[in-house]
Amino acid sequence: MTGAAAGLVLALALSAMPAQVRAAGPAPAGEPAYAVVGDEIPAPLTGQPGDAARGRAIAASRQKGLCLLCHSGPFPEERFQGNLAPDLAGVGARLSEGRLRLRLVDGRRLDPDTIMPSYYRTDGLNRVGAAWRDRTLLTAQEIEDLVAFLATLRN
Amino acid sequence: MTPRQPGRMTARAALAGLAAALPAVACLAQQDGRQDGRLSGSAFMSAETREMQADDAANPGMLSVLDGEALWSRKEGAAGRACADCHSDAATSMRGVAARFPAFDAARNAPVNLDQRINICRAEKQGAAPFAWESPEILALSAYVGLQSRGLPITAGEDPRLAPFIERGRGFYSLRQGQLDLACASCHDDNWGRLLGSSPIPQAHPTGYPIYRLEWQGMGSLQRRLRNCLAGVRAEPFAYGAPEYVELELFLMTRAHGMVMETPAVRP
Repeated sequence: MTGAAAGLVLALALSAMPAQVRAAGPAPAGEPAYAVVGDEIPAPLTGQPGDAARGRAIAASRQKGLCLLCHSGPFPEERFQGNLAPDLAGVGARLSEGRLRLRLVDGRRLDPDTIMPSYYRTDGLNRVGAAWRDRTLLTAQEIEDLVAFLATLRN
Repeated sequence: MTPRQPGRMTARAALAGLAAALPAVACLAQQDGRQDGRLSGSAFMSAETREMQADDAANPGMLSVLDGEALWSRKEGAAGRACADCHSDAATSMRGVAARFPAFDAARNAPVNLDQRINICRAEKQGAAPFAWESPEILALSAYVGLQSRGLPITAGEDPRLAPFIERGRGFYSLRQGQLDLACASCHDDNWGRLLGSSPIPQAHPTGYPIYRLEWQGMGSLQRRLRNCLAGVRAEPFAYGAPEYVELELFLMTRAHGMVMETPAVRP
């Protein structure tokens, strides 16, 4: 999508949004834009529905999601799980998909001090390693896969 | 960054549980004699690793110390001079020296760490080529000199000329960086004692460098350890010896002022 086209879509999306729209997310380079409504990103980032099985693999991966470095969760096969952050068990009951999506995309909008990385953001970062520069931690589709998986964690 | 009090409290509570399980925590707090809540990395280790460090016959870092002892007396460079020719017995001349590094170097108008100081001596007094960063030789000499401070309190940072460098190190410590956008302080101030992928996060007091790290299966400097953390948050590492590393080392040693030196420490 060209920048102009993305801007048009964003403008259309914004004009259709109710008054509580707080901010439009800056689209990371080459990735789809998104709109924040309250404490959610209600609309999926992509047209393709998230795949919960792929999302589970991303959550457990030490190269992709890195989730279990900080979170524990219902992953009986994973021995090494952190406790810097809330247990993921039941997170799908606690948070809507839109809230999960914003927390993955850019949780710092909700808490500037959070240690949770913004998985879909490339701006405002310092000294990013050459191998990672201008790349989001996860792609839009990977975010959707994770949202789909986390939504299944209902108890 | 602003300290996050709730997280800190929870981390403290977590550590209270850890303290119950690890007698060394209380023991180290007494050793420090200040009861100010600062804990060496050894307080977060398993009993087996603590025992390995405490027993010179089992501590793998002692092999490096022995190499360093041999190097101390080896004539080097165009001058054909050994460390011992100027400094005599390291047990006397080097007592407490490693505990005050990085130290201000007037000729460079900047702090230098112990490895740099050794290589300056090689260049200027021995007419010898510098040892490469992380080479067995520089680690051995640093470990040998470091051993002469074992059990003594850290005194780094007392020279007033170091003040601006300490402040730069503090700034770097608090700078969020890398793709994960984390500062040193995010983990080591705000979340110490909690588990990062099942490993307890220590308070980042560099009391025992160079260390034998079990994960490395070898010796390494504090700068090597800092590079590991920077790679972990996916930040761009600096070259060994970069001023940013020396300033961060200096800040960390100053932050650990008064804590007891453990070189050669063993870490997981």
